[in-house]
Amino acid sequence: MNNLLKNTARFVLFLLVQIVILNEVPPIHQFITPYIYFLFLLWLPFGTSRISTTLLGFIFGYSLDIFTKTPGLHAAACGLMGYLRPIILNLLLSQEASEEVSKEPSIATMGWGPYAFYAFSLTFIHHFYLVLLEWLQFGNFGYFIGKVFFTSIISLLLIFSVELIMNRRKLKR
Amino acid sequence: MKNIIGFIRQNFTFFSFLILQILSLVMLSSNSKTHETFFGGWSNQVSGNINQYYSSWTYFFSLKATNEKLAAENVALRNQLAQNFVGFDTTKKLGTLILRKDSLEKIRKFYYYPAKVVGNTFTLQKNYIVIERGSKQGIKKDMAAISPDGSIVGVVVEVNENYSTIMSLLHRNSKVSAMFKRDKIAGSIEWDGADPNILVLKNISKSAAPKVGDTVITSPYSSNFPAQLMVGRVTSVIQDPSSNFLTLNVKAGTNFFNLEYVYLVENRRMEDQNKVNIKEAVNE
Repeated sequence: MNNLLKNTARFVLFLLVQIVILNEVPPIHQFITPYIYFLFLLWLPFGTSRISTTLLGFIFGYSLDIFTKTPGLHAAACGLMGYLRPIILNLLLSQEASEEVSKEPSIATMGWGPYAFYAFSLTFIHHFYLVLLEWLQFGNFGYFIGKVFFTSIISLLLIFSVELIMNRRKLKR
Repeated sequence: MKNIIGFIRQNFTFFSFLILQILSLVMLSSNSKTHETFFGGWSNQVSGNINQYYSSWTYFFSLKATNEKLAAENVALRNQLAQNFVGFDTTKKLGTLILRKDSLEKIRKFYYYPAKVVGNTFTLQKNYIVIERGSKQGIKKDMAAISPDGSIVGVVVEVNENYSTIMSLLHRNSKVSAMFKRDKIAGSIEWDGADPNILVLKNISKSAAPKVGDTVITSPYSSNFPAQLMVGRVTSVIQDPSSNFLTLNVKAGTNFFNLEYVYLVENRRMEDQNKVNIKEAVNE
């Protein structure tokens, strides 16, 4: 499938999953909000330029903001994520591997360890910034630390279960 | 000059990142009143349409529960019909001249509109409800929303032609004036973001001595909510020795998880009432 087509489909799909399913799940606790929509940004091909990941992150986050009625909250977090993504990829991969357009970050292309680090660091950055912005509006320090910690754990669990279910290795061949 | 342009061109990515961040922070820092200036009418229309499509599916699966609720409400209303009540039997009591009915002319203050809920969140820190009824169908800003069982839901904050957005009680900025049914001592209902079932009643004087299980209803001070509507019941009292006021946890009377219909209440004298209110926007 064409790269552009595939990523457009993912854009819509991840937004729908977040809005229609995850935002409707009755909350277990104040600290736990299941977030997975930003997996779209994690799965963009290696060669995507820095400016386009930043812009895409902003647009993607803003699209979610329209539905959750929080103008700028997710847009800011996803913009930061898109901006920092190439730095982390460059840390983990060799120069030529990180510029290959046809491949995208996954367990198959990066290996378990690097992919886990990649997913963890970006998830953490996203939640840290998102909850920080929330904290500036209301809440306290305990809310901030607790929510960053527990929401990151839930997000990572979701990401790895999606990886196991989707098994993108087979789709590649 | 050439150097500056060169510098910007070199760090073009960084600058565009910075601009986007500033843009989103500006949007975020303005409060919900300037919402529509950033989103505009179109985004509400788009999200409203998608929400409506989605709710047409979920609505089908809850038809049975909705039917039961409507039937129960019909029974409640039927019980209030005037024909259910009879006047005194004046033949047995001699000399009863007191009229049961108030002969003074009455003016309608509150007017009710029904609306279908097409979008509802309760998992976030700032929750909104989207309804399929807008300015074309008579909805105005600051109208109150109540659920079919008569407990309060929220206040309209955003209106376009066919859809409106209600700020749910489950919103960190929501504030509604409420009082105890027993002794009429008033405070304000807010939400601390923890549990969608539990609201927080603040600024209750320590002389009130509330008990667990006390009913909390809306107070007559509110300009958008009619008085005496159900808010919830007290579940626990938080004692704070450093303050002169009590804070109470209140179990919400509304079930925010399965809202299908809400009624919107228009206060036809709101403008007049707000003009003389000393403290503006006691309840948002």
